[in-house]
Amino acid sequence: MIFPFVWRVLPGPVVLKVLELLVLLAAVVWVLFTFVFPWIAADILPPPDGTVDVSPTP
Amino acid sequence: MTAHDTMPSRRSARGDDDTRTGRRRPRQTVGGALVSLVAELLIIAGAGTGLYVLWTAWWTDVVAVNEQTALVQDLEQTPVPTAAGTEHRDAAPVLPEPPDVTSVFGTMQIPRFGADYVRPIGEGTDREKVLNTIGLGHYQDTAMPGAEGNFAVAGHRVTYGKPLNQIADLKDGDSVVVRVTDKAKGFDVWYVYKVTDSQIVTPDKIETIAPVPNQPGVAPSAEDRWLTLTACHPMWSAKERYVTHAKLDYWMPASEGTPKELSETPQ
Repeated sequence: MIFPFVWRVLPGPVVLKVLELLVLLAAVVWVLFTFVFPWIAADILPPPDGTVDVSPTP
Repeated sequence: MTAHDTMPSRRSARGDDDTRTGRRRPRQTVGGALVSLVAELLIIAGAGTGLYVLWTAWWTDVVAVNEQTALVQDLEQTPVPTAAGTEHRDAAPVLPEPPDVTSVFGTMQIPRFGADYVRPIGEGTDREKVLNTIGLGHYQDTAMPGAEGNFAVAGHRVTYGKPLNQIADLKDGDSVVVRVTDKAKGFDVWYVYKVTDSQIVTPDKIETIAPVPNQPGVAPSAEDRWLTLTACHPMWSAKERYVTHAKLDYWMPASEGTPKELSETPQ
């Protein structure tokens, strides 16, 4: 469904398709590392911060 | 030969059907389409989770260590004579606590963590503003280095540069060297603390950072010049805290030399 669709939508011969796929993956990873993961870490799954506190952060 | 001639031609005809007229293959049922969609979503979710682990365990370290190295350089702690200077054991000069959270006022060196271990210390223990970026955070309203009371510092044990990753390796008697620098005020002083004890506590035990550790309400005397490090325990968990206390051994103006502890390898 998704993967064959992406493969069909990418223009050009196979070699070009593979390169486009790599660029696309790099872009996805960049968006995740720069925006999505910091947001998850800050608001959803805060990692332990090592402070002692009267009301400890989860 | 004839058999060979017919066989490949039949095969290639079928191959053509598969590639060029792929959409004319037996029509995918709705159920089959749904199964392959779910399978693909699961693959994507798995890859995303794997990337998130990679980001937490590796990328946050890369970013934070770069940032922390730059912050240490920003302090412009001028290189000092390598010869050991006089060890002062009287009342130490103390820099007033910076009013702003995130102010970087000094560095920490711990020979047990490696000869190249130098990390900036920022004001406050805000997770986003201090612990995730600057690294080591000074608990607000606790003593400043050299002062009577408890200079308490928190840091990540994993992720974000993990400044206190090796806290559990500290042994009693190990040195923790703090250098407080304020160029504008001409203030540049070393404080050498020696580890006295470590404990593992639940995160609500704020008495561990009391002016006299574990004796809340007791006023510190001239002897009570403490340093406390807190990090999470066990690694990757927020269940408990690893707390290490150290006591001031001596101080030394940076202009007079370098503490000998920095050139010694801990046993």
